[in-house]
Amino acid sequence: MDRRDFIRNSAFASGMLFVPSFLKGMEFIDVNQLSGFKNVVIIQLSGGNDGLNTIIPYKNDIYHKLRPTIAKKENDILKLNDELGLNGNCQALKELYDNGEMTVINNVGYPNPNRSHFRSTDIWQTASGSNEYLKTGWVGRYLDANCQNPYEAIEHDSSLSLALKGKLKKGIAVTDPKQLFQSTREKYFKSIVEHTSPELLDEDNQGYLYKTMLETYSSADYIYERSKIYETSGTYPTTSFGKNLKGVADMIVSGLKTRMYYTSLGGFDSHVNQEMSQDRLLKVYSEAIGSFVNDLKKNDRFKDTLILTFSEFGRRVKENGSKGTDHGSANNITVIGGDLRQAGIYNNGPNLLDLDKNGDIRYEVDFRSVYATILNNWLEVDDQQVLNHSFDRLNFV
Amino acid sequence: MQLTKKQIQHFYWRAGFGIGPKELDSLKGSTKTEIIDRLFKKSEVFQPLVLDFEHLKIDKKELSREEKKVFRKLQNKSMFDLSLHWFNHMTNTEQVLREKIVFFFHDHFAVRIKSPIANLHLNNIIRKHALGSFGEMLMEVSKSPAMISFLNNKQNKKDRPNENFAREVMELFSLGRDNVYTETDIKEAARAFTGWSYTQEGKFVFKQKQHDTGSKTFLGRTGNFTGDDIIRILLEEKQTARYLSEKMIDYLIGRKVSSTTTDMISSFFYKHQYDISVLVSGILATNEFIADESIGCKIKSPIELLVGISRLYNIEYKEPKVLIQIQRKLNQLLFFPPNVAGWTSGKGWIDSSTLMLRLQLSSMLLNFGVIEWDEKGDMPEQELIKAEKRRDKTQAKIEKRIKAYPDWNHFEKNIVSEENRLVEFLIQPDISNGARVTLENSDSQTLKDRSIEILSLPEYQLY
Repeated sequence: MDRRDFIRNSAFASGMLFVPSFLKGMEFIDVNQLSGFKNVVIIQLSGGNDGLNTIIPYKNDIYHKLRPTIAKKENDILKLNDELGLNGNCQALKELYDNGEMTVINNVGYPNPNRSHFRSTDIWQTASGSNEYLKTGWVGRYLDANCQNPYEAIEHDSSLSLALKGKLKKGIAVTDPKQLFQSTREKYFKSIVEHTSPELLDEDNQGYLYKTMLETYSSADYIYERSKIYETSGTYPTTSFGKNLKGVADMIVSGLKTRMYYTSLGGFDSHVNQEMSQDRLLKVYSEAIGSFVNDLKKNDRFKDTLILTFSEFGRRVKENGSKGTDHGSANNITVIGGDLRQAGIYNNGPNLLDLDKNGDIRYEVDFRSVYATILNNWLEVDDQQVLNHSFDRLNFV
Repeated sequence: MQLTKKQIQHFYWRAGFGIGPKELDSLKGSTKTEIIDRLFKKSEVFQPLVLDFEHLKIDKKELSREEKKVFRKLQNKSMFDLSLHWFNHMTNTEQVLREKIVFFFHDHFAVRIKSPIANLHLNNIIRKHALGSFGEMLMEVSKSPAMISFLNNKQNKKDRPNENFAREVMELFSLGRDNVYTETDIKEAARAFTGWSYTQEGKFVFKQKQHDTGSKTFLGRTGNFTGDDIIRILLEEKQTARYLSEKMIDYLIGRKVSSTTTDMISSFFYKHQYDISVLVSGILATNEFIADESIGCKIKSPIELLVGISRLYNIEYKEPKVLIQIQRKLNQLLFFPPNVAGWTSGKGWIDSSTLMLRLQLSSMLLNFGVIEWDEKGDMPEQELIKAEKRRDKTQAKIEKRIKAYPDWNHFEKNIVSEENRLVEFLIQPDISNGARVTLENSDSQTLKDRSIEILSLPEYQLY
């Protein structure tokens, strides 16, 4: 008898509430056991952040020559060392840097870079090569290989990015746990769920729809019940990005069994009058990060948290005719955490004497090496199983 | 043999976008052959999709920086107009089979470029050949400005080859990944495609000076090949017929079929010089197509779901832009495929967010629901920044009420509204116990409320 026949014949199942047993698989972490439960917060600066005006090679003549109107002057920046300095709007990041809680990795990218937002975002999110089209994301494959429940990877957004979609499992997107909970408890939806027996679900499409529905139902419950335990008292900027990070902090401190959090800040596509838009966005970013880290520190969770910030590509070294920059390739990324093995400037800054034929920075560190390091050294899982290939690991953690 | 109502609906879901109650009644007692003939008959005459883009036909080089900005905005807006125009056409046309096949090739030849003119041109090439020759379609698509610009054939010049198109024409458009060809074949093919370009007016040109006239060895054949020769050779390969057949079988049937069926379909397709109508009618006529296991086994793509509801209830959208938002949230916006490999399919459409939205869709569209305006995705950059600013200030999510007006009178006139008949009509697969109990316990009275309930079942996602 196949599942359809079974469902058809199983009128006896009506009225039975299966959900409680389904919820048995859920684990809350006891607040006392929170210590040591490592997690990663991944932040995409969407649109292609200009890394050269974020972490600035302020002593470099070529930088100033190629950017006559938009280059940052020495007294506008926050010096990190004799060569590199932070954008002046990133005061909070400077403090993290000074505390040994931030690593800057330069020249991160991949071979044959693609300069389309969509394509390059897909490449970063799927951890593919530039000639490879994958339909699963790297966080999703992490879920496939290591996790039981969708909420082990949460995206703080209303829709789920490709990064969090695995073949068998997908993460869950949520901005407002209460709203998600309420929408799944709507009478009609609830009734269908409560009269569904998860044991009957096989892998055909109908079964898959029901399985996703039940998982959403129970994850919504889990996230809501859990995250309301703790609501942070820390003050955050009133930006939507600030609110996102506050939401993530609530989840981390509440002890959700979530390993990966994903969120993004958009608007970095600075072709025109870059200075206005980028400086403002970096301020939004830096201030929110500052509050987030303080909040985690106050709750003793910072040592178990790693914050990876990347953008789908950097921008061309030479400015364009509109006081902006066009799409480039390799870029710097930052890793922030309370337990870094190597803080500071991880490797040499960009070599502006040796640009590629488009005038872009050449990559030195494959971004998948960064992922491999996080998977293996931080989350202690098999990185090759997730990334499908072996990549050299770095030692920032 | 007479088909059941469910089987007729199956034909119209898979080879169209569903069927209304009145038309279904009129087809009562039809045989398989009659239905297939009818589907083809209705789609017989090719008519291009028409939209006026005269305002975009200007020489961009003449424009000042400010004017260029205005032009880009106009272009973006026109892309949305185009996307909605096709959606509207899918919803209203009688040529459902043709549009369904155009939709297949829109994904097969996935192109994402900014020019509405080039996009529409490509779309009409596909439409023209949708029930004709795949060989001619492949040749014309390859030479369209849309494809030449998207896969960089314009930059593919003698001594400076760009392999983008050469790779994808084999991997995605004809042979299928890692079948028959090697990396050397890609390099040799790229040389043959040098010189392919287009004029400002959007006409294909062969630039002799940029063409590599030397001898090439491609798939074991040697000669001074041009791009036309490469495409001709790709069509000589039986693997091309096979790859297309497998893909079309998956599109129309949606589950594994016997290798005998695939062999038969693909050799038939090859023998009939890649006649797509032979391919499609061959698949629709198989026993596997009409088997019980095939009915309701596929997950609707977002477009099929949206067009299906819109067609059935004759929904009039007072603010059609909401359709762009919904399509985007469900991850399928016409004319904006994610990349050259096209959209996902099946289970790939479903995650917790998209499923919740799909299940709420009927109450949104049939009962003036509210949708959260989402600025993520392919917003032009400045718009995005503005949106972010706006959000910072207001602190509130942007929500909009959907102004969609279904034609209830029309629907009511043609449907027998007893509960179980309505379920039977709206839902293709057998419904689960949870769904059955929920419907039984419901005290909804009106046709509208019951429609919304039934369309909110997970089963409505299947066809």
